[in-house]
Amino acid sequence: MKYVATFFVLFASYILLAGFQLQELLLGVLVSGVLTVILTNLVDYTIDVRFPIRLIIFIFAYIPVFTWQLLLSNIDVARRVLSPKIPLNPGIVKIHTDLQGDFAKLTLANSITLTPGTLSIDVDGEHIYVHTVDVKGKTPEENKEMISGKFNKLLGVIFK
Amino acid sequence: MMDIIVFALVGLGVLFSLTRLLIGPTPADRVVSLDTLNIIVIGIIALLAHLFKNSLYLDIAIVYAILAFTETIVFARYLEGRHGDC
Amino acid sequence: MEIVSYVFMIIGGAFYLLGGLGILRMPDTFNRIQAGTKATTLGAFALLIGVGIANPDWILKVLLIIIFIAISNPIGSSALAKATYLSCELPSNLVQDDLKDFVGGQKNDSN
Repeated sequence: MKYVATFFVLFASYILLAGFQLQELLLGVLVSGVLTVILTNLVDYTIDVRFPIRLIIFIFAYIPVFTWQLLLSNIDVARRVLSPKIPLNPGIVKIHTDLQGDFAKLTLANSITLTPGTLSIDVDGEHIYVHTVDVKGKTPEENKEMISGKFNKLLGVIFK
Repeated sequence: MMDIIVFALVGLGVLFSLTRLLIGPTPADRVVSLDTLNIIVIGIIALLAHLFKNSLYLDIAIVYAILAFTETIVFARYLEGRHGDC
Repeated sequence: MEIVSYVFMIIGGAFYLLGGLGILRMPDTFNRIQAGTKATTLGAFALLIGVGIANPDWILKVLLIIIFIAISNPIGSSALAKATYLSCELPSNLVQDDLKDFVGGQKNDSN
């Protein structure tokens, strides 16, 4: 299955760059096939039969939430930057995640970076270290719920 | 007319980032503003593609995005080695 | 259609401006990274979507650039934040620091 996954990613990139034409599709299949044979030993991800379902959930459930949070975080940044005295209460907190797999953790860390007032600094096994502009929660559970609760549940469904 | 407004907004963003690049007290500040500047330059290249009606500029933007990411990672690795030197 | 694309482009330019202003005004490096990353990511998205709406033939390439920025920009800022934490003195206004126990050995071993 590693061959199929590598081929899929290479072919999708080629088509996105070249556009939909018959010649480009044929050449894309050829180039992606050759590159798949060379590159398969270097990648360590795979896809299975549930991949299309995950992709659909990802597009229709994750992307709208992500876009909304990105808009909220930018309004937050605008409010902070434009106010005369910048309101700050920064700190670095540790939050726990139960996601498995590198790609799930990467997506969670990227989502945390782009949500209001937080910036993920480092990932260590099951913990993510997050710099927040405004430390609200007193206990680790409160911080976890406030920073990553929604994304953690959503990504847990997608990357099960 | 509208193009001029867009370019004025983007140009002010470039100006502020360049100011931080010049006055930044620590090397980390300068690298952060360089990272921001790279993303702004990607947008400027896409705007030039729109103005000149030439899609080759978008290929340049893709290559620039990849090189900017590599540059940020390399600078971050370099800064990690300089303990307490800023 | 042209008006919609220009609205997107002006939103993108405005967020670029906010990102530059955030880089300039925030008091310490971590907050500069936050303001710069968020504002310029949304600015790039909006401006590229505006360009894609004005020229519908290019929408696939524009989507590729957007996906690449969405993946690479937060990774770059995380790497920069880690490097800042390791190499610089921390700002004095931090109220909590959980990362100290994890990287405490790495930070002070060379000097």
